[in-house]
Amino acid sequence: MTETAISCRDVSKIFGPDPAGHLARLKADPNTSSVGYVQAVRDVNLDIRRGEMLVVMGLSGSGKSTLVRCLSRLIEITGGSVSIEGQDIASLSETELIDLRRRKMGMVFQSFGLLPHRTVLDNVAFPLEMRGQDRRARYARAREVLDLVGLEGREAYFPRELSGGQQQRVGIARSLAIEPDIWFLDEPFSALDPLIRREMQDEFLRLKGLLNKTIIFITHDFDEALRLADRIAIMKDGRIEQCDTPDQIVLHPATDYVAKFTAEIDRARVVRAGALVHSLIPAPEGEAFASNRTIRDLARCLVAERREVIPVADADGKVIGGMNRQEALDVLLGDEK
Amino acid sequence: MTARAARGIGLAGLLLAIALGLALGKPVLPLGLIRPPEWLVQPFADWINAAFYFLQNDLGLMALTRAFSGVVEWLLDVTANLLYGKSRWPNIGPIPWVVIAATAFMAGYALKGWRLAALSGGTFVWIALMGQWKWAMETLSVIVVATPFSVFLGLALGVLAWRSPRFERILNPILNVAQSLPHFAYMVPVVVFIGVGPKAGAIVTIIFSVPPMIRMTLLGLKKVPEEVIEAGKMAGTTRWQLLSRVRIPTARAEILIGVNQVIMQCLAMVVLASFIGMPGLGQKLLQLLQALKIGLSVEIGVTIVLLAITLDRLSKAWAFRLPEHGEPSAMWLRRNRLLVIWIGLCAVGFMLARFAPYFHEVERNQALSVAGPIDAAMDQLIRLIAPLTAWLRWFLITWVLIPMRDAYLWLPFTAVLTLLAALGWAVGGLRSALICVSYFALIALSGWWDRAMVTVYMVSISVLIAAAIGLPLGIWAARSPARAERTLLICDTAQTFPSFIYLIPVIMLFGVNDVAVVAAVVVFAAVPIVRYTIEGLCNVPSELVEAAEMSGATRRQTLWNVRLPMALPTMLVGANQSVMFSLFMVIIAAFIGTQDLGQEMQRALSSTDVGKGMVLGFAIAFMGLMTDHLITRWSEGRKRALGV
Ligand SMILES: Nc1ncnc2c1ncn2[C@@H]1O[C@H](COP(=O)(O)OP(=O)(O)OP(=O)(O)O)[C@@H](O)[C@H]1O
Ligand SMILES: [Mg+2]
Repeated sequence: MTETAISCRDVSKIFGPDPAGHLARLKADPNTSSVGYVQAVRDVNLDIRRGEMLVVMGLSGSGKSTLVRCLSRLIEITGGSVSIEGQDIASLSETELIDLRRRKMGMVFQSFGLLPHRTVLDNVAFPLEMRGQDRRARYARAREVLDLVGLEGREAYFPRELSGGQQQRVGIARSLAIEPDIWFLDEPFSALDPLIRREMQDEFLRLKGLLNKTIIFITHDFDEALRLADRIAIMKDGRIEQCDTPDQIVLHPATDYVAKFTAEIDRARVVRAGALVHSLIPAPEGEAFASNRTIRDLARCLVAERREVIPVADADGKVIGGMNRQEALDVLLGDEK
Repeated sequence: MTARAARGIGLAGLLLAIALGLALGKPVLPLGLIRPPEWLVQPFADWINAAFYFLQNDLGLMALTRAFSGVVEWLLDVTANLLYGKSRWPNIGPIPWVVIAATAFMAGYALKGWRLAALSGGTFVWIALMGQWKWAMETLSVIVVATPFSVFLGLALGVLAWRSPRFERILNPILNVAQSLPHFAYMVPVVVFIGVGPKAGAIVTIIFSVPPMIRMTLLGLKKVPEEVIEAGKMAGTTRWQLLSRVRIPTARAEILIGVNQVIMQCLAMVVLASFIGMPGLGQKLLQLLQALKIGLSVEIGVTIVLLAITLDRLSKAWAFRLPEHGEPSAMWLRRNRLLVIWIGLCAVGFMLARFAPYFHEVERNQALSVAGPIDAAMDQLIRLIAPLTAWLRWFLITWVLIPMRDAYLWLPFTAVLTLLAALGWAVGGLRSALICVSYFALIALSGWWDRAMVTVYMVSISVLIAAAIGLPLGIWAARSPARAERTLLICDTAQTFPSFIYLIPVIMLFGVNDVAVVAAVVVFAAVPIVRYTIEGLCNVPSELVEAAEMSGATRRQTLWNVRLPMALPTMLVGANQSVMFSLFMVIIAAFIGTQDLGQEMQRALSSTDVGKGMVLGFAIAFMGLMTDHLITRWSEGRKRALGV
C-alpha cells in the first residue's frame, strides 16, 4: 500500500498585509520588492507516501513550522494546493476539517502548546475528549501513554509545575494518545535529554513500523534525522532545496546550499553500501556486503579487505553489483575527490 | 523631523500669543468673544430628552427595562432574605452572622492563608459587633447580585468585540466615554427608567461596572498563545469548544482581574447609589455626614474600607492563584478537607445561633460603639489644630481659591479655546489641536461654560497641590526598595476605597466648604501621582543609573538628569489618572456645596432631568478625554524620544 498520503502542489505562504495580491504580483514579475512581506513558504512541491517518515530540516526561520501548519491547515495557504489522501483540504468545510483532525491528524508543537489550566492527565485526554470518548476510557488511555513517556506519578500536576522536557513529553503523550494516521512533529524532542530522546525515537520508529503511520518530523539534529528518516527535505528561505534519501543528499547534493548544509556530517554513517554500487562493474566472486549497511558499519571489513572491487548483495542475498573499495575508503576517511 | 517639530512649536507659540492677546484685550473684545453668545448655545438637553422620550415610550424600551429590572429585583429579594432576613421568598433567612463570618474566613484561608482569613473573617465580625449588619448586608446584597450580571455582560461583549474587529472599533470610543462619565451621569437615566430604590441602585451598579470587564476579557483573549489555540484546533475542537475550553480558561487570569475590577466598581457605585435611594452603608454615611456626626460616620467609614480591602484581596487572591496539584491518591476527605471544615464551622455557627441569639443577630442595643471616644478625641484634636485649619482655610479661600476661580471665570472663552489649541498643537500637531478645541467647544455650545470653568478651576488647583505633595513623596519613597514597596502597598489599598470615604476626614477637619472639597480631591488625586512616580523611578534601568554614577554624577544630578526624564512617561500616566480621579471626586463632593457642574448634576438628579444630566456628564467626560488625549500623546512622544 504505497499510495500518497499528502501531496503539495506549488504551496506558498506569504505573511503580510495583502498576501494574495503580493503573490500575484510576484508571479507577474519575480523582481517585485517584498518589503513588508515574509515569504515563509515558496512553491513547495512534495509527495509523502503513506507510511513514510519525512524529516524536514533547515535553519531557523526557513519556514519548516509554517510548512507543517500549511499541511494541517492550521493556517490558510496563499497559493497552491494541499491534498490529504487525495482530498484537497482547502475545499473542506469546517465540520469536515474538524472531523479530519479528530480522526486522522496529530501534532506535537515546538513550544508544546499545553493548556495551562488543565492537569497533565486532562491535557493528554483533551483530544480524546473532543472525540467524544467517555471519561473512564480516555483517562485509562491517557495514563497508558503517560507511562510510556515516563511521566507516571505526574498526572495531577499542572504544566507550569513541570520542567521544559517534562512539558514536552506531555505534548508528545497528547499526540500519542490518539495514534493519528498522519503525524506532524515540530521539533518534538528538542528539550529532552539524550537518553529519553533515544527512547522516544525508538518508540516512534516502532509505531511507524507497526501501524504504517505517516510522519512529518522537524528537527535541527542531523543524527536524529539519519536515524529516523526515509527521506530528508532541506529548506532554505521557504523553498525546499532538496528532498531525497539521506545518502543521496550526502552524495549528490542538489545545490551548493545543501552541500554546505551537509558538509559537517560524517558521510560514512550515512552512505550505505548500496549507494556505491556500480552495476556495470562485473561482480566478483566471494563474500558479499549487505547493501543496507553503512560504510561505517563495514569499516573493519573494508580495512581488512584485499579485493579492489567488492560484491554487494541486496536483502535477499542476491548480488546486485560491485563496489569500489577505494571509493568506499574515501567516504570512510572523509577524503573528497 | 526636527524642522517639523520646530515649526509645530512655532505655530503653538503663535497660538499662545493670540490667546494672551485675547485675554489681555478683554476690555475691548466684543461680548460675543468673551462669553459664548446665546445664539451659539444649542439645546442639547432637549434633544437628549426627546431621544429618551422616544426610547422610553415609542420604542417600548420601558417594557424591556421593566422586565430586566423585574429579574434583578427578584434576585435582590432572594439575597436580601438570605443576608438580612427581608420577608421574601425563600423565607429562610437571615443566615446568622457567625455563619457568614466563618464562610468569609474559610474563603480567605482557602485562597491565600491565615492572614487573608483573619482579614476577611475579622471584617464580618467587626460589622456584626458594631451593629451595622443590616446596612452592610444591604450593600453586599447588591454587589452579590450585580457582579454576576456585569461579569456575564462584560464577558459576552468582550467575546463579541474579540470576534469582530468592527464591533471593537465601535465599542472602543464608547468605552472611553463611558469610563470618563462621572457616576452621577449614570444615575439620571436609570432613575428615569427604573425610579429610585434598591432596584435602581443595583441596575446603575451593573451598568457602571461592565466596561472594565469588557476591556479585560478582550485583553485576555488576545493574549492567549497561538500554539495553545493551534493545539486545541488540532485536537478537533469546534469553535464553541475552542472558545469555552481553550481560549477562556487560558485567559483566566485577565478575566478574573476583570472580575476584581467589577467588584470594586460595584462597591464604589453602590455606596454612591445612596443618592438615588439605595439603602445600606452609603445611605447611612450620607445621612451621618450631613448631620456632621463624625464619630458614627468614622465607624461606617471603617466598615466600608474594611469591606473594600477584603473584597479586593479575596478577588485578587483568586485571580493570581496559580493552579497547584493535589495529592491524587489521597482519600476524598483529605482532598476536600477545607470543604469539610467549612461545613463543620457552618453547622457550629447555626447551632450557636440557635441557642444564643447574639450569634444570630446583634441587636442595636447590644452593639459596640467607638463613636463616643472618637468624637471626644476628634474634639480634642480639632480644638488643638483649629487655629491652623482656620488659618489654612482663610488663606486658601482668600488668597488662592477665590482669586483663581475669578481668574478662570474672567478669561474670555475664546482665549481658553485658543490656549487649548496651542497646547494641542505643541503636543500633537493639528490633529491634537482640533481634538482639544472640539471637546471644549462642545462644552461652550452646551451653555454650561461658567460652571465648567469652576470645575476646571477646582480640578486644576487640586491636581497642582496633589502633584506638589505627591511628587516629593514619590521621589522620597523610591529611594529605598523596601520603602517603595510599602508605599505602593498603601497606595494600592487607598485606591480600592470608594471615593466617598475620602470625604469623612476632610469634613472632619475643614467643615463643609470649598476647602474641604479641594482637600478631598487633593488626597484622592495624590495617590496615583505617588504611585506612578515610584513605579517610574524604580523601573529606570539600573545600567543607566550606574553609568551616570560612574561618570561622577551626584545623587541629585542623577535624579534630575537621568531618573526623572526616564520616569516621565510613567509619571504622566499617573498625572492622567490623577486628573480623572479629581474630576470624579469634584462631582461627588458637590453635595458638600460647590457651584460647579457637580452641583447642577445633583439638581438634574433630583429633578430627574435626563437631558441636563447627560449633557453635564458629557461635559465632564469631554474634559477628561481631552486631558487623556493630551497626556497620552505627550507621553508617547517622550517614550519615542527616549527610545523605550
Ligand atoms: N504568524 C506570522 N506572521 C508573520 N510572519 C511569520 C508568522 N509565522 C512565521 N512567520 C515568519 O515566517 C518565517 C518562517 O517561520 P517558521 O516558524 O516557519 O520558521 P522555522 O523554520 O520553524 O524556524 P525555527 O527552526 O526557529 O522553528 C520566519 O521568517 C517568520 O518570521
Ligand atoms: Mg519552527
